[in-house]
Amino acid sequence: MSTLRVLAAMSGGVDSGVAAALLAEAGHAVTGVTLKLWCYGKSPVSPRACCTLDAIADARGVAQKMGFTHFVVEAEDVFRTRVLQPFLDDYAAGRTPYPCALCNQHLKFGDLVSRMELIGADALATGHYARIETLSDGSSALLRAVDRTKDQSYALALIPYSVLQRVRFPLGALDKSAVREHGRRLGLTLWDKPESMDLCFVPDGDYAGFMTRNLGETRGTAPGPFLDRDGRRLGTHRGIVHYTVGQRRGLGLAGAEALYVLAVEPERNAVVVGPRRALEAPGLVTAPVNWLCASAPGPGTRVEVMIRAHHPPAAATVHPRADGGAEVRFETPQSAVTPGQLCVMYEGDRVLGGATIQAALETLGPAPDAAYDDRDEVDSGDIAREASPAR
Amino acid sequence: MIYLDHNASTPVRREAREAMRACLTDVHANPSSLHGDGQRARAAVERARAQVARLVNAEPGEVVFLSGGTEGDHQAVIGAAWALEKRGRRVALSAIEHHAVHGAGQVLARLGYSIEHLPVNSDGFLDPRSIDTLPLDTTLVSLMLANNETGVLQPVAEVAERAHARGMRVHCDAVQAAGKVPIDLRALGADYLVISAHKLGGPKGVGALIVREGAPLESLLRGSDHEHGLRGGTENVPGIVGFGVAAECAARELASESARLLALRDRLEEGIRSVVPDAVVHGARAPRLPNTVNASYPGARSDRLLMALDAREVAVSAGAACASGAVEPSPVLAAMGVPRELAVCALRLSMGRTTTADEVERTLIALAYAVRAARGMDTAAGVRA
Repeated sequence: MSTLRVLAAMSGGVDSGVAAALLAEAGHAVTGVTLKLWCYGKSPVSPRACCTLDAIADARGVAQKMGFTHFVVEAEDVFRTRVLQPFLDDYAAGRTPYPCALCNQHLKFGDLVSRMELIGADALATGHYARIETLSDGSSALLRAVDRTKDQSYALALIPYSVLQRVRFPLGALDKSAVREHGRRLGLTLWDKPESMDLCFVPDGDYAGFMTRNLGETRGTAPGPFLDRDGRRLGTHRGIVHYTVGQRRGLGLAGAEALYVLAVEPERNAVVVGPRRALEAPGLVTAPVNWLCASAPGPGTRVEVMIRAHHPPAAATVHPRADGGAEVRFETPQSAVTPGQLCVMYEGDRVLGGATIQAALETLGPAPDAAYDDRDEVDSGDIAREASPAR
Repeated sequence: MIYLDHNASTPVRREAREAMRACLTDVHANPSSLHGDGQRARAAVERARAQVARLVNAEPGEVVFLSGGTEGDHQAVIGAAWALEKRGRRVALSAIEHHAVHGAGQVLARLGYSIEHLPVNSDGFLDPRSIDTLPLDTTLVSLMLANNETGVLQPVAEVAERAHARGMRVHCDAVQAAGKVPIDLRALGADYLVISAHKLGGPKGVGALIVREGAPLESLLRGSDHEHGLRGGTENVPGIVGFGVAAECAARELASESARLLALRDRLEEGIRSVVPDAVVHGARAPRLPNTVNASYPGARSDRLLMALDAREVAVSAGAACASGAVEPSPVLAAMGVPRELAVCALRLSMGRTTTADEVERTLIALAYAVRAARGMDTAAGVRA
């Protein structure tokens, strides 16, 4: 392997720290960089929060141990406009956003890619669990990690196809225990740091509380009706930001059978609930797709899709639409299709593309062709965050 | 690496290193001890005191060793304000003082003192006439000799004359000037003067406060009767020995070295104007240190320039960027009225003993590239400054 000049994104966590350290150990010229995304001021919310000054110190500790330079890059403005604001707007619009994908798209594989030129970097490295493979025709493909339980390819599906060639994922072939073992072997103090499980900027998982307390958000916080599918009022909800499609817990509704959130409707300020089987949909429609292949696949291409971060892949066919989006038809109906989450399409281990889910299909009409007439307003700015069915 | 951050710290001189090594090997006793070994340690400290005194034309008895610039500034500003408290509880600090002086001002403010800030003009130069309008209960005026960011030399002698005429004492932070321009305590007229070893080829962690004969001062760190009772704590003997030797070398080479650096600085500035025609050199019309060039490169944010230059093996300082990544305009440039968008594009290049003409040329090539790359980032897709 020839020596590369590598820009290594370091969040302060174990994975990105070990990834950068492994590259340095292999003899590459590494420059570490930590994006300062979100400032908590002087009182870190939680030791797990990945954007605190402690995290910067942890990243710098790796750089000091391995003897490479580390910089902190202030990215609060980009984070606010490209990730945080869409996150708020999505919740207010009744969607369940997936901000990690936006952060990867605009910050780690957007802002940092533009910084590669600064240092004349050949490659950009992160600690994501995913792989990049060069195909026989010389093009690059994004693949799932070898360790399927840690695979993060879903969160990477919106990164620009053009950057794949320059990206390195040193952990793509490792499992988590091997990563920690490398961290220990290399003497990195963060080797046994706890895993961050939630959004870095809402480490306690209380999204609604974060939005209202920290950001002064008032949209979506007014109480309103729980309705059944026939429009009958079953009770009062606490504000639509507290609910997501597929949620069962915390509704406080008594019924003969368990009730689930079927839809969040900001126009009526209503949360529609119903039985579990009513959550099933035969397909979905997406916003414009970020294809991670040379050209969009032909109509009816057989794929596997994931419609949220930990969704077991489901067989489906994909039908690209004239507006750049896609209609995805499941082989068997899938539960809790959630607007705002990503639909990521796989061919085996390879990510073909990903897009924000706009809506579930209630029935399957004739398969769309390229001249398919658009039914919905396309809103390419709305992208998303993992559904947390019970939050 | 091309090291152009000598104002932050400069390599330890070989002579100082050797003297320190010998001291660490041979001198183990406490200078306050009365036995022979103790007296030998005392002699080493006193030899250094004389060496440091000569660098600034002071008497050895006026030199107080302490831990460096920050302690020196605190001891001078707070210690003088306390000692002069009967006359008033007000001190005046120039707007461009080092953080260490402003920090001392904050301590006084917390104790109920009033703090005046003296403005500078667009070249970063203080108008001595501003002393004439200070309230009469002002007891101390603090003005640095050379600004650490711009290198602009301040009219300390004239300020001291006007301050003394109104019964005020004068503190001068000469940390950045020492070893780069001649310093004469008597000619400056300062009552308190601070210098630091690691800016002139000595080790870090040691400095001196020069207290002019008769200038009142209360001690901050009290304990035994060290340093004429002004600074408690066992002396940092090897540090002080290295400081003394470095001061002696700096004094000896000052004339030739400053002439050499001035020629390099002129070439560097000329080159900057040629590779980045819209670059703005701060303090260009004021008298400046021979080693410092602080310039803004419009549209190229300093944090980006720093990264780009580091990757090309050129170490410089971005006055605007701190370790936590925040890009805030430097208070010094702000005091000079430099607009924010220009101030966040500033870099300080500071040369020193190891800097060569070849390094200056290579720096210019790297700088041209860095400015182009940093500016290019703003046109990259979807990214805003």
